[in-house]
Amino acid sequence: MSPRRATSGGRIDRLRTIRFTFDGKAFTGHAGDTLASALLANGVTLFGRSFKYHRPRGVLTAGVDEPNALVTVLRGDVREPNVPSTAVEIYDGLVAESQNRFPSLKWDVSAVNQLAGKLISAGFYYKTFMGPAIGPFKGTRFWMLCEHFIRRAAGLGRAGRAADPSRYERMNAFCDVLVVGSGPAGLMAAAAAADKGARVIVAELDARLGGSANWSGETIDGMPAAEWAAGLAEGLKTHPNIRVLPRTTVWGFYDGNMLAALERVTDHKERPAKGEPRHRHWVIRTKKVVLATGAMERPLIFPGNDRPGVMLASAARRYANEFGVLAGSKVALFTNNDNAYHAAVALQKAGAGIAAIIDVRANISDAMRNLASDAGAQIHTGHAVVATEGRTAVTSIKVQRFEATNGGLSGEARTIQADCLLMSGGWSPAIHLASQAGAKARWDNELQAFLPPEPTQSWIGAGAFNGSFSTTEAIAEGHAAGLAAAGAKAAANDDLPVADAVAGDPAPAPVFEIRANGKSFVDFQHDVTSEDVRLAHREGFVSVEHLKRYTTLGMATDQGKTSNIPGLAIMAAALGKPIPEVGTTRFRPPFAPVSIGSLAAERYGDIRPERLTPMHDWHVKNGASFYAAGLWHRPMIYGHAGETIEQAYVREAKATRETAGIVDVSTLGKIAVQGPDAAEFLDRVYTNMFSTLAIGKARYGFMLREDGIAMDDGTTWRLGKNDFLMTTTTANAGKVMQHLEYFLDIIWPDLKVTLTSVTDQWAGAAIGGPKARDILASCVKGTPVDNAALPFMGIVHGKIADVPVMICRLSFSGEMAFEVYSGADYGTHVWQALIDAGKPFGLVPYGLEALGTMRIEKGHVTGAEIDGRTTARDLHLDWMLSSKKPFIGSAMMDRNGLTSSDRLQLVGLLSLDNRPFNGGAHVVEELDEQNPHGSIGHITAACYSPALGRYIALALVKGGKARHGSRAFVSDPLRKRFGPVQIVSHHFYDPEGSRMHG
Amino acid sequence: MLITCPYCGPRDVSEFTYQGDGNRERPAPASQNLDAWNEYVYDRLNPAGDHNEVWQHSGGCRSHLRVVRNTLTHEISSVVFARGHVPHRSPSRRGAKA
Repeated sequence: MSPRRATSGGRIDRLRTIRFTFDGKAFTGHAGDTLASALLANGVTLFGRSFKYHRPRGVLTAGVDEPNALVTVLRGDVREPNVPSTAVEIYDGLVAESQNRFPSLKWDVSAVNQLAGKLISAGFYYKTFMGPAIGPFKGTRFWMLCEHFIRRAAGLGRAGRAADPSRYERMNAFCDVLVVGSGPAGLMAAAAAADKGARVIVAELDARLGGSANWSGETIDGMPAAEWAAGLAEGLKTHPNIRVLPRTTVWGFYDGNMLAALERVTDHKERPAKGEPRHRHWVIRTKKVVLATGAMERPLIFPGNDRPGVMLASAARRYANEFGVLAGSKVALFTNNDNAYHAAVALQKAGAGIAAIIDVRANISDAMRNLASDAGAQIHTGHAVVATEGRTAVTSIKVQRFEATNGGLSGEARTIQADCLLMSGGWSPAIHLASQAGAKARWDNELQAFLPPEPTQSWIGAGAFNGSFSTTEAIAEGHAAGLAAAGAKAAANDDLPVADAVAGDPAPAPVFEIRANGKSFVDFQHDVTSEDVRLAHREGFVSVEHLKRYTTLGMATDQGKTSNIPGLAIMAAALGKPIPEVGTTRFRPPFAPVSIGSLAAERYGDIRPERLTPMHDWHVKNGASFYAAGLWHRPMIYGHAGETIEQAYVREAKATRETAGIVDVSTLGKIAVQGPDAAEFLDRVYTNMFSTLAIGKARYGFMLREDGIAMDDGTTWRLGKNDFLMTTTTANAGKVMQHLEYFLDIIWPDLKVTLTSVTDQWAGAAIGGPKARDILASCVKGTPVDNAALPFMGIVHGKIADVPVMICRLSFSGEMAFEVYSGADYGTHVWQALIDAGKPFGLVPYGLEALGTMRIEKGHVTGAEIDGRTTARDLHLDWMLSSKKPFIGSAMMDRNGLTSSDRLQLVGLLSLDNRPFNGGAHVVEELDEQNPHGSIGHITAACYSPALGRYIALALVKGGKARHGSRAFVSDPLRKRFGPVQIVSHHFYDPEGSRMHG
Repeated sequence: MLITCPYCGPRDVSEFTYQGDGNRERPAPASQNLDAWNEYVYDRLNPAGDHNEVWQHSGGCRSHLRVVRNTLTHEISSVVFARGHVPHRSPSRRGAKA
């Protein structure tokens, strides 16, 4: 038998033994144990070393509020640090480690920090290491030197480097009533709401439903409370209207009654079942929330209150009643309220000896005296604990006479032998979610606690959350809250379960701290003492928000669940103000730590949608390698064996200029602009005229943003009087659509125009080169394609391989070129027909690299030049700016800053050292490789030009045109590319356009 | 946050695109009043409280909506189609800036 396991009792399965290791040592526990309860049962008291002083620490609580007993859980190579051992369910093969100790938990070298305690008070690191104002270690340099050592010595668990192989899931859920917490109040609320027909979700952060009923030791309806709760919980699980989520922490209360929760699906399992995620992130939208989150017991602040073996009274009661584990064999209790007396009885019943109950109050009720005598405990009223002794566990405590009204100590200190000290400093309702939902908490002077605010969202509180600490109240309030949440009313004759318990006074004495010699810890996890709080006050930090940041009180992983109120009370006392005037910090999500994996869930990894053109499979089959362009995959080159990328695109571009090439342009944005006012609308959004465009013709269009900066370009085809097909660049398709929709909806709702995105409805192939027309002529039926029928910018309709097509003669490559559009489903069919028709002529497919090369040679702009900073003039497109009409951006485009002569303007660059350029490289007037400076612009696009036989680039350069013919240098220090260039016109090739018009 | 699209019903905010301050008034297209244009293009109200905003249901029916949202509580008190509704504008935008 384990040394601290009670012979009977508890909700654990004593027939099932679980084996696990802690710090390399093998232990056993029972199914239903937490890591903390199992280790306590084995007599372990030392769980870790503290954050700053490396003091030995044990278990303080029995739940999610635990600040001390944090461990690292290992699964294979994956380390999960800073997990409260009080919330880890043990399973066969569990491996856990203690934290912040070196070389071992028992022998920790940094424990010498305890001796230096006075030095390492609040703000120590800032004051000491931020360094002097002069000298070699000026300012933050000294900090940077020391930081490495400080980070190693101070801190929590170490994160692992191994990738987390776990899968995470995200779920959206909708319900009428979300019940948070499954103590008596939560169970009653869920049952009541569901019986009225409401769809209910119950979330419980523990594995077992029942909350305090599992460990109160009370009787409900004549049976042990735990059994009553288990029966009710079983009913909820099979109720058709109820979804029960155990091991689920509701951690965020957001706008519109949307709550976030984390379900730990498999953390308690040795091996997850196939397909089970580790965690599930729930986003729950609910009409009403019932907050039945209970309350958390507070520690008392006195010297040595952090020694292993000092524990919250309610935690020890829970270990005894729920897990059959004794926190000690000879137990002393220290309290300012009635609660500790119940704990004494529970521990005595489980087999512990009760050494004494030390109560700061001078008078206590007869009921409590009776409980103490049941427990066989001697009561010391009007006394306080002033010290604890023992190295890694309590061996004795010292008590002194105490005056609760003024905190004064008197008389000789008496020693009481005890191996465990339980403390109770009153209760704080767990109002975190209500506080997140908005509004400020209210201080209740009677209960010495912050109570939930008036609801600003649709929630109803019940039970201890409301400050109603008795089970009878919890049952009644839970029932009423459940009915109210379902839109019904509680009636006086409702038959409610009857709880049987010795009634105590819920109000504690207003005592938070016993001021005596020695370190009294407020925030156990961040090692903040009561003296640190007073130091902060002396140094002028009076706001509670500043206090928190300066001392780091409440900023650890437990977010101050046990420390906020005592810290606040000490600050209030230092300020001489009542607690409500000092106020409290607002709780923010998350209530408890949330795994990042659960938030990323399925969005982790590359599961973005892919956009493939209708001809994608053909490209793959014919050796294309691809670029990702947004979500699109576009052929980059159709490489031959042994070719470099440059060799491939040079071959493709050359072939296009010499015979013919074909490229997939299906990704271009396509918007149908239709309606009686379509032409007028286009006149307003484009800088040039479209109302004058003849039916069956296309025109290049340019659009600006409202601020006069270039936005996008493309051709728009007039298919009918009121029917236009606008094309946009691939990247801006969505943006332009939204831009047009905005103007139609908001600015010009009177225009009769409809917009339809038809990008995915059309497959597009651009075929260009000296032989392009011959190829079309050989395969297009139903229309001639000669110069008369299909002049530059003309549109014809015909058929290719029996499929209707629309052909527009326009050119991006600078060659005689045609864009052939067909229905998307016929894309490959038409493409293949064009390829077959082109074979005798030497037609080659080309990719984005060759497309880019030919457009650079022609000096056409794309997104690299229309970069959100350039104007039409910067790009030498002023000829596109109509002066006959206003258009979007026309009013702002002539502002001084946008017309000044030293703006970056589009130019061409020739490499003078026969080496390639890189996009993004700077252009400078004087080369200084050691200290690059004096940028006059940058390269936007670069390639090897087969037409010119040299490396060229487009660039945006200050003063642009005026520099044509002059020399400059490219300066690219990151890629170590420096060298001379000549600045020329951006029209490198066929500036007269004779080839495409020809 | 839920926005109740008059066409699609209540939908999660992730389906919508914020399209800016709904108080802005675009000058007449031919206006050469640069101050007015400047105000329209660059000035945004940033009230603590109810704010007239434009949202597009970009992941749904794509309508633009005029939404009155409380910037302190995210409470939405009104959602209407932008088309057919003359916006409720803040009386003095210049004054509000000061």
